[in-house]
Amino acid sequence: MTRTEVLVIGAGPAGIAAATAAAENGRQVIVLDDNLNAGGQIWRGATVEKAGSSHQGNAAKRRAMTRLQQSGAQVLGGRCVFSVEASGTLQTLQETGSDSLVEQFQFDQLILATGARERFLPFPGWTLAGVFGAGGLQALVKGGYPVAGKRVIVAGTGPLLLAVAAHLAQDGAAVSSVLEQATLAQLAPFATSLWANPAKLVQGARYRGKLWKTPYRTGSWIIEAIAGSDGRKLGAVRVTNGTRTWEEPCDLLACGYHLVPNTEIAALLGCTFRGAFVQVDDAQRTSLPNVFCAGEPTGIAGLEAAMVQGEIAGLSCAGLIGTSLQKRAVVERAFARRMEKAFSLRPELRSLPRADTIVCRCEDVAFGSLHGRTSWTDAKLQTRCGMGPCQGRTCGPAVEYLLGWRPVSVRQPLFPVPLQAFCSHDERVEINQLKEKV
Amino acid sequence: MRETFPVTINGATRQIARGTTVAVAMLLAEQPCRLSVSGEPRGALCGMGICFECRAVVNGIPHRRTCQILCEQDMTVETNR
Repeated sequence: MTRTEVLVIGAGPAGIAAATAAAENGRQVIVLDDNLNAGGQIWRGATVEKAGSSHQGNAAKRRAMTRLQQSGAQVLGGRCVFSVEASGTLQTLQETGSDSLVEQFQFDQLILATGARERFLPFPGWTLAGVFGAGGLQALVKGGYPVAGKRVIVAGTGPLLLAVAAHLAQDGAAVSSVLEQATLAQLAPFATSLWANPAKLVQGARYRGKLWKTPYRTGSWIIEAIAGSDGRKLGAVRVTNGTRTWEEPCDLLACGYHLVPNTEIAALLGCTFRGAFVQVDDAQRTSLPNVFCAGEPTGIAGLEAAMVQGEIAGLSCAGLIGTSLQKRAVVERAFARRMEKAFSLRPELRSLPRADTIVCRCEDVAFGSLHGRTSWTDAKLQTRCGMGPCQGRTCGPAVEYLLGWRPVSVRQPLFPVPLQAFCSHDERVEINQLKEKV
Repeated sequence: MRETFPVTINGATRQIARGTTVAVAMLLAEQPCRLSVSGEPRGALCGMGICFECRAVVNGIPHRRTCQILCEQDMTVETNR
């Protein structure tokens, strides 16, 4: 059992800012993350050294990481949180090549900085080899997947598409199209509002600069991924703009429909929600007095908001109030509302899946078998939709958009774990190479 | 020159660069990470440990999320069937 005053879940920008602020102000801090390295998704670093790579390290990330290291906060990567109690205990599972290790933590205050994941919407062919999430393909490239010379199409919706396309292009991919389902009319007010925010505008222009040859087609979306001649791997995509339909050949498709917040831990703890998001006050405090939340779980608002909210949460844990930060947080919330409107999903996307299109990839539940089901619970009981290892994290947001069903409950364990891990308490357990650190 | 080491994927040994995730090694070897409950070949989708599509058998242990594990020297990886 490891004890700490402040426990932060998530080592992305929000978690790093929170941990730094709390530790700099005298609190004992541990940060946990499921990923091996700190940085979260937006600051995910390459794990493979590339000869002559032209990627420049991100200056904001370097500053944040340096400050975090100097603050004295301890970062523990590769830890997947599978159980937590608001009374102050939490369990993680660490999986390496050959071992599983269960650890227990005790905390006074908890900061949830669990970030967001991509929203996936099912379409015919989306289970073919060569089809990835947008952020998904970017993460794999950072994990060593070479895309040089590959024909890539980036599609879906959200500001992430341009960032992903720029990153892939820089790695030598031939990005032939970026397909954004939102219309230009929808995007224009959002784009115009960026003039008030030079940092975001510069970032956007930098992406565009790397993609000067790539068309950015608004109001266009993928309707099908088509297998190549071998029948197993992606060969082309069928695209529409609502009036015209065409095929584009490609080797890889990176497709994601913006982000959904990771709120499972907050839901399990019983935090109050405001719609899909965790409700927090000006101090980033949730409805539970010792639980704080920062970043995407409170509203999809991007990097700057995450860093500001994280710092506020960290200061709050140290008993301090960040008044000027709170004003910036309000500005970022307005940005989040404009972004949500700009990238709202078009209704045509609901008619993409055919009867035989897989919706739940864990249990291979086809869209047609959800016909006649009346709720998420009904679908789970009758079809096993959402009952597999991802626990509905992938198909849940899709089904919510397609059929309007809200996922109903979150239970422990939050991720699949070996039964011994879930049953064990303070005693050391070693079955099937499972180890427990006490 | 970056360091490489041998990794055995579905019985065939290949050189993999240090820092490569197991999910990427499966892509490089053109092997599916798992066969789905109806037998479809599947590999990484989200790349961040959420979707569980990249589960494979790593060093004999099934259901490992390969996008969250780095390749190690002499590791064996098999399609999760």
